[in-house]
Amino acid sequence: MTQETNKPVTSVSSATSGGDVMGVAVILGIGLLYSLFAAARASDPLMQFHSFIFLAAFVAAGFALIVHVSNPKPKSQSGYEYGVVKAGVIASMFWGIAGFLVGVVIAFQLAFPDLLYFENLPWTNFGRLRPLHTSAVIFAFGGNVLIATSFYVVQRTCRARLAGGLAPWFVFWGYNLFVVIAATGYLIGVTQSREYAEPEWYADIWLTIVWVVYLLVFLGTIWKRKEPHIYVANWFYLSFIVTIAMLHIVNNLAMPVSLTGSKSYSLFAGVQDALTQWWYGHNAVGFFLTTGFLGIMYYFIPKRAERPVFSYRLSIVHFWSLIFIYIWAGPHHLHYTALPEWAQTLGMTFSIMLWMPSWGGMINGLMTLSGAWDKLRTDPVIRMLVVSVAFYGMSTFEGPLMSIRAVNALSHYTDWTIGHVHSGALGWVAYISFGAIYCLVPWLWKRESLYSKAMVEWHFWISTIGIVLYITSMWVSGIMQGLMWRATNEFGFLEHSFVETVAAMHPYYIIRACGGTLFLIGALIMAYNLYRTIRGDVRDPEYQSALAPFRGMTPAAAE
Amino acid sequence: MLSKHKFLEKHSLALVIGILITVSIGGIVQIAPLFYLESTIEEVEGVRPYSPLELAGRNIYVREGCYVCHSQQIRALRDEVERYGHYSLAAESMYDHPFQWGSKRSGPDLARVGGKYSDEWHRQHMIDPRSLVPESVMPPYAFLQERALDYSQVEAWLKANRAVGVPYSDEMIEKADQHLRAQVDPFSDYYDEFLAAYPKAQIRDFDDNPRQISEMDALIAYLQILGTMVDFETYEAEENYR
Amino acid sequence: MYETLAQFAQTWGLIMFVVAFVLVLVYALAPGNRKKFESARRIPLEEEEDDRVGK
Repeated sequence: MTQETNKPVTSVSSATSGGDVMGVAVILGIGLLYSLFAAARASDPLMQFHSFIFLAAFVAAGFALIVHVSNPKPKSQSGYEYGVVKAGVIASMFWGIAGFLVGVVIAFQLAFPDLLYFENLPWTNFGRLRPLHTSAVIFAFGGNVLIATSFYVVQRTCRARLAGGLAPWFVFWGYNLFVVIAATGYLIGVTQSREYAEPEWYADIWLTIVWVVYLLVFLGTIWKRKEPHIYVANWFYLSFIVTIAMLHIVNNLAMPVSLTGSKSYSLFAGVQDALTQWWYGHNAVGFFLTTGFLGIMYYFIPKRAERPVFSYRLSIVHFWSLIFIYIWAGPHHLHYTALPEWAQTLGMTFSIMLWMPSWGGMINGLMTLSGAWDKLRTDPVIRMLVVSVAFYGMSTFEGPLMSIRAVNALSHYTDWTIGHVHSGALGWVAYISFGAIYCLVPWLWKRESLYSKAMVEWHFWISTIGIVLYITSMWVSGIMQGLMWRATNEFGFLEHSFVETVAAMHPYYIIRACGGTLFLIGALIMAYNLYRTIRGDVRDPEYQSALAPFRGMTPAAAE
Repeated sequence: MLSKHKFLEKHSLALVIGILITVSIGGIVQIAPLFYLESTIEEVEGVRPYSPLELAGRNIYVREGCYVCHSQQIRALRDEVERYGHYSLAAESMYDHPFQWGSKRSGPDLARVGGKYSDEWHRQHMIDPRSLVPESVMPPYAFLQERALDYSQVEAWLKANRAVGVPYSDEMIEKADQHLRAQVDPFSDYYDEFLAAYPKAQIRDFDDNPRQISEMDALIAYLQILGTMVDFETYEAEENYR
Repeated sequence: MYETLAQFAQTWGLIMFVVAFVLVLVYALAPGNRKKFESARRIPLEEEEDDRVGK
């Protein structure tokens, strides 16, 4: 754990001497009192359960804080803060595997419903496990990757230690507490039923507090920077943090039934609620799963390839156009519904325009490799990073296509959407995260190289086959189901009953589940490889990391 | 040094503000008009707030994640209208906090499922979906039949809904508990009063177990009202073209 | 109401967005910024080669 600053790294100290401890103590104290109150007076057992989780977490954090304050020996504050980045990497792998596993389980539930449902265990049902899967992969896995990499990148590119003393640790633990509350909530039946924003009002408030501290830590580090320019990766991270805050707050506006109860009712209703939710939902894709991970791309690909980003000018133009256009695209989730047509048209138009700035980012990522294409053959980590950008390009072409009303009439409500999401989620988000983590672990733990390059190869190929199986089976089943729904016979009547189309999905659901299993196996190989790397083992000694990891570990004092 | 640093600080704040402005425009232009353009929600007759039991059923629908596989939004497409009925109107979900339009049909749309199947069919289908539809991939919900409905908070549910704009009257809130029980009991003293407050509400024991008001009662009551409130014989589509 | 808003969006709104986009282009392509971007572009790489900052 960290200690507060003895000698400020820079002349202006936004990190603190004791302020961080005070701040964290105040938040913990208020949280402790509230959860005690809620636990004692909970109006439903679900709230009581969650109050006890909060209570346990706050008590444990309080003890950690006391140990921290009473520990007199000050640690060096001159280096970079890597502890919290390491914790984020470990949490990412843990949640990643948990989330992939749940995904595999629910995929098999749809393929073999009689095997994996238990009629008196409500928490094993698809309806409760699917939000668990989506939240675990997006927020638990993706969120920890973003927190870890953003804390790393902002320090390195600003040449300044992470601001806020204890605050980054508060962000890490606070965020993961949110994840635990969300995940346990789905299992016991606490949900707002807003896709990708299911946690109830109290979890949302907690996340808001954590997120504000996250923004302050990130900005505080930028304020301490010794590099005149703010590197473009930080622009993307910043837009991710700021916009997610806005989306989260507006979309989760709700009226709790009671201040000690788990249930709330959304502030908006019907058509307004639908557009608010998909404004949020689509931009969770845009600003959580796109700009955040583009921040990763803009640091880790140049770093690994040892070449500067292809065009800095392009990165500026595509940054502003991407964030401007993305926010309009939400209504394409509501084509032909009761949403007024002008809003649908607006959403479709901007979704199609979105193709251009998205491919601006893709070109910038891919062309960074120009002149070093041989690295694709020799370094599986860079191959993973580059393939992720290729998947990004594919998904961001498919997305605008599916937003066209005529196409959407067919694709909406079908598995095509699921396939599209997974080509983005597995191909782009997970691969760029894997690539970044493969880079980070040797750098953070000061290892010469990964434990095994061959295992990275295995991981890459197994999970790539998994992704291909996944998205092709979903294309086929989605388009087939869409066509079956609208098929009419010679008398003009519908050709198929609904359940006939469900039966037709069966083989593709099996293929999809197998694809997901391969992807999970790949991640398990990765976790083992990383575990051995951290232990300091080397399996194939001839393989050296593409980068010398040891230099530049400390931000030297400029003074 | 200090002044230069101040500028840099401002520079990153300028970046934050620039981002905020850039990402706000789209939301303001798209979402805000939906709240004051009168054409957003059609004028129709018949849409009323959910009765206490229907609302309790809706809470269970939300809790179990039914929206994950079932949409409640019939698009204005020929095959959907033929399969499910009249396309959904904005007015039909005007009291839905939150909306349940869904995004995926692993199962069929439920916007107009009310009245299409008997209570007994729903009960059996929920207990063991594949006993009625062998190809179904739906999970079993047998526990709903066993579990007593917890409606100790029913007044607070209605109050919270009123706080976000659902027109529950003082009397509806006061008598929420009686109304909830009246809906499963065709012989209750509140029969006429309840029906006056919630027209078209269906009054019977939905789960075939008069000894207890179960979660199954509530969920079936909710499913049976879905899509039945608007009388489409009086609805003029042309007048509401948007 | 709807007509007025739509009219405004389709004229002034469009002009404003085009102007904003041109401003971004000017900023990105201005010859005066070339040096700044060139050094910014190398930020991730230089930390390895040159640890001493603040040149």
